[in-house]
Amino acid sequence: MPHRWGMTVDLDRCTGCGACVTACHAENNIAVVGDVQAAKSRAMHWIRVERYWEGDFPDVRLKFRPVMCQQCDAAPCEPVCPTYASHHTDEGLNAQVYNRCIGTRYCANACPYNVRFFDFYNPKWPRPLHLQLNPDVSVREVGVMEKCTFCVQRISAAEIDAKAEKRELKDGEIEPACVQSCSAKALVFGDLNDPESEVSRLSRSTRGAKLLEELGTLPKVTYLARQTQV
Amino acid sequence: MKEATAKRITDDLLRPLLHTSWRFFLLVAVLGGIVLMGGIAWMYQIWNGFGESGKRWPVFWGFYITNFVFWIGISHAGTLISAILRLVNAGWRRPVTRCAEVITAFALMIGAMFPIIHLGRPWLFFWLVPYPNQRLIWPNFRSPLVWDFFAISTYLTGSVLFLLLPMIPDFALVRDKTTGFRRKFYGALALGWQGTTKQWHRLESAMQIMAIAIIPVAVSVHTIVSFDFSMAPVPGWHSTIFGPYFVAGAIFSGIAALIIAMAALRKFLHLEDYLHPVHFENLGKLLLMMSLLWAYFVFAERLTTWYGNGTSEMNVFWATQDGGYSPLYWLMVVCNFVIPFPILSLRKLRTVTGCVIASCSVVVGMWLERFLIIVPTLSHKYLTYSWGSYRPGPPEIMIMISTFAAMGLLYTIFSKLVPIISIWELKVGEHPFPIETAAQVKEHAILRTNP
Repeated sequence: MPHRWGMTVDLDRCTGCGACVTACHAENNIAVVGDVQAAKSRAMHWIRVERYWEGDFPDVRLKFRPVMCQQCDAAPCEPVCPTYASHHTDEGLNAQVYNRCIGTRYCANACPYNVRFFDFYNPKWPRPLHLQLNPDVSVREVGVMEKCTFCVQRISAAEIDAKAEKRELKDGEIEPACVQSCSAKALVFGDLNDPESEVSRLSRSTRGAKLLEELGTLPKVTYLARQTQV
Repeated sequence: MKEATAKRITDDLLRPLLHTSWRFFLLVAVLGGIVLMGGIAWMYQIWNGFGESGKRWPVFWGFYITNFVFWIGISHAGTLISAILRLVNAGWRRPVTRCAEVITAFALMIGAMFPIIHLGRPWLFFWLVPYPNQRLIWPNFRSPLVWDFFAISTYLTGSVLFLLLPMIPDFALVRDKTTGFRRKFYGALALGWQGTTKQWHRLESAMQIMAIAIIPVAVSVHTIVSFDFSMAPVPGWHSTIFGPYFVAGAIFSGIAALIIAMAALRKFLHLEDYLHPVHFENLGKLLLMMSLLWAYFVFAERLTTWYGNGTSEMNVFWATQDGGYSPLYWLMVVCNFVIPFPILSLRKLRTVTGCVIASCSVVVGMWLERFLIIVPTLSHKYLTYSWGSYRPGPPEIMIMISTFAAMGLLYTIFSKLVPIISIWELKVGEHPFPIETAAQVKEHAILRTNP
């Protein structure tokens, strides 16, 4: 059976520290657009920590919700792409083929979660930061869409290693950058087709819910609801 | 019809082709300059990066797609109206059809530019075309953008044919009336037209076929443009009313553009004897009907949304109704209904000037409508954290201005090269052919009794 990659986000555990955002930028060669462009709402955070305030002062509560591509099974971004740049892989990922993208940005409009980002300019890294680029991830040029891949380069590498060593992948062997860097262990990644994996177990939890589930997009990310009030 | 009338028609309508004043060159230079600046603005955007436009997360479509929908809408003036008027054999159509059909051809060309201008990598636009290639990659036929490509190219081909067919006898006329370079030029365009009975018959049947075929194509084009929005599961877009709503809006703005173009032609080419107040009166009535239809669609769409009371739909609803976009929204209602309705419903006000004022207001209003369909929705999608805003960038504004200049430029040059009113159709309307077959006698008797 092919793998079906999924993730769970435990909202009780998330502290909103933003380590996942930083790790994602570093792992995936995401351009840092600078203050001027960021003020124009052009920052590209493949994963973002949404911050919601509840209640009136002084009785205010702060809630965090990390949102990344939900890797929908019925993804609205896929049918609208005229060039198949946005397409579904055998392992259920919403892949984005940068070389095939012509930048209609239709996928981003169709995406209910707004987790797709557009390269408004060619990326630039101030020296010597250009030396820290990840060689496993392509750098995107101006005019293409990009988005969370569940760190597909790490998935592929682990699959190739396992195949070379003639063994099955172990649960927890693959960790996307956000999962790896989450000090509170709020994020869990794994194979949803393996009923024994931790991610499968957590997704079946009664606390589990999908983001905007009512739209019928069948996301593969499950949010575990808060139980405590901090 | 007297010979004198025929001569007067020929002389009046060929005058712009044969005599050119300095005003023409000045107009072409000014309009051409603005178009050139639009081109420079586009190159500037490509050179420096798409960020020079005002697009930002999450409003990824803005002025370019607004202008795309707007110009494709304007293109519904010509061919559709002309085809309907031809099929119902409305006699008053004769001086109107060609200037209407030209709007279609040019507005489509301008509109079709925008999906390319708005691409992040416009140099790869041909990937939308299903061309044979080594890697056997086809476009994604599930994407409404690919449907757009087919719809617009079909409509453009059809309406250019529909425009060219009735021009052939007029080209022959110009060929016969001129000498030298013009004779050669128009002789080539006339495709060997001799005016034989057989040729007339073929022309008539070809035009009949095109008139029938172009109507469903026109309706489908704007329906497919509306599908660009309604196929996405986004609040305010995902609606079954969008197809007919867009088609009605397109015809609405198209008639307005036609009235403005006709008034300009009437004034600058001195065609008062051909474009009578009655033409404006009739088109004004059509515009009035479309204004009412537009108001009905807006009312139906708004009321359904309000009663449905979906959380995310209501966010978009209130953003336009009394939020940040409400000044534009209410300006749209004023422009599309409050101004044109009284002007066009009172006979005293339905003059040439009145119709032009109403039409200008409708063009502004319909542009705003396209903008308000796109931007408020994209800036108010489901997750409140990801709400955003949009301000157009300088290239977007410059390119938009340049498209209006491009329309004026193409129209000016066209009316210099081709009789803007169909000479032979005008003559047929008043006078049967010198040598008639039995079928023609019958046909012209019908034409005479139904002016």
